[in-house]
Amino acid sequence: MDWGTLHTFIGGVNKHSTSIGKVWITVIFIFRVMILVVAAQEVWGDEQEDFVCNTLQPGCKNVCYDHFFPVSHIRLWALQLIFVSTPAMLVAMHVAYYRHETARKFRRGEKRNEFKDLEDIKKQKVRIEGSLWWTYTSSIFFRIIFEASFMYVFYFLYNGYHLPWVLKCGIDPCPNLVDCFISRPTEKTVFTIFMISASVICMLLNVAELCYLLLKVCFRRSKRTQTQRNHPNHALKESKQNEMNELISDSGQNAITGFPS
Amino acid sequence: MSWIFLRDLLTGVNKYSTGIGRIWLAVVFIFRLLVYIVAAEHVWKDEQKEFECNVKQPGCENVCFDHFFPISQVRLWALQLIMVSTPSLLVVLHVAYREGREKRHRKKLYVSPAMMDGGLWYTYLISLIVKTGFEIGFLVLFYKLYNGFSVPYLMKCALKPCPNTVDCFISKPTEKTIFILFLVITSCLCIVLNFIELSFLVLKCLITCCLQKYSKRLKSSACECHDLRYVECGVIAAPPLLQNCRSDLAIGASQRGETKPLF
Repeated sequence: MDWGTLHTFIGGVNKHSTSIGKVWITVIFIFRVMILVVAAQEVWGDEQEDFVCNTLQPGCKNVCYDHFFPVSHIRLWALQLIFVSTPAMLVAMHVAYYRHETARKFRRGEKRNEFKDLEDIKKQKVRIEGSLWWTYTSSIFFRIIFEASFMYVFYFLYNGYHLPWVLKCGIDPCPNLVDCFISRPTEKTVFTIFMISASVICMLLNVAELCYLLLKVCFRRSKRTQTQRNHPNHALKESKQNEMNELISDSGQNAITGFPS
Repeated sequence: MSWIFLRDLLTGVNKYSTGIGRIWLAVVFIFRLLVYIVAAEHVWKDEQKEFECNVKQPGCENVCFDHFFPISQVRLWALQLIMVSTPSLLVVLHVAYREGREKRHRKKLYVSPAMMDGGLWYTYLISLIVKTGFEIGFLVLFYKLYNGFSVPYLMKCALKPCPNTVDCFISKPTEKTIFILFLVITSCLCIVLNFIELSFLVLKCLITCCLQKYSKRLKSSACECHDLRYVECGVIAAPPLLQNCRSDLAIGASQRGETKPLF
């Protein structure tokens, strides 16, 4: 059980995503998850062991480390990646629900002309329209919120994205203001900036995808109103024919029920 | 044998769960199991090595650590995950039992072995109650063992062989508190999901029973109406109408037989 499981969950959503969404998934797994697992965890591996304070007072190092690093960078990144990937589960659940309903209608005999068998329903690529459009858009919105929140939390917790090589600590039980030295500050700063940049790119991709979806809907609506304007008579004739058909069917039913028993 | 084994077992449960059950599984997999493996486990990795007491007396640190952490929080978390996931296997076992029974008798005994009716409905209900019981039990245990859900940075220890009351410092207390709070919140979310699923199942069953009783009453009143008509209209229409009434009753009985298997 590891990041591969998350990849399997999210990979399933890939089929129903837009092209920008597919690029986003690739960026997440290659430039963030893989970097985290392959490199960042090694860099932060000995972070507390090699955090050294210029004092022999027992407990001073623990307390200072806890004060400057309430949550480790890699744990925060891991949580950020998990939270940012989970809105895609909403889309996966919606698609699964849609397929379940379609399969139920197929078994009842309703959609036989659209699909050959149940396997066909499972393989079908679901289009992003209707209620799925709303689910997909909400998932992108939540992704943006989570990315922005975690970036802010990072900035707030560590006073920026740069790690200094020395920190001054005067918390009890440290006897006075002591110097504490972080291990590998430059390497950690490089990786922090890399992960933050990848985060910004992912956020920009999400914003672009949101704009694309909104534009697509506006374009579709304007096309519909245009066709209605160009062929108003045709539209009017159609609606009148529909009304006639309804009247005929209603009167037919009344004729049957009105038969004396 | 690792967490992958549990994951594979639980993936099988997904097929026989309700919609809310699947949400519960997703929450357990992603927010509990995955977070535990990729993050939480590493936070507690060096807990005893970095546990430091302000004393040079040999053995004092060991004794104090053992007193304050009889069982490590991360191990308790792992136990909770295992105990909470396993009642779902009862459902898998029951479905496997039904399938085995159908094979042995070489005929169709159930509408579908995985359909939640009769005995399987009770098994699912029991698994939900046991799961919720374990969740609440472990939360109470956590609270009682560690006097709350927060980890202090300093603990005072005066056990032998420590010469007096010494200060003992825990490593990464804030990070540990954050992850324990995360565990508590996800646990509470799972409890809420279990309660919702339980209520949904019970309500669905009550509604189905009420509807069945109502349709039975309608059918019996329709049969009485047909009998009365037979008396009014005469002999000609009698046998087919009576047959219709009897066949309705027969259909009702056979339907009841299909939807409520004994086990």
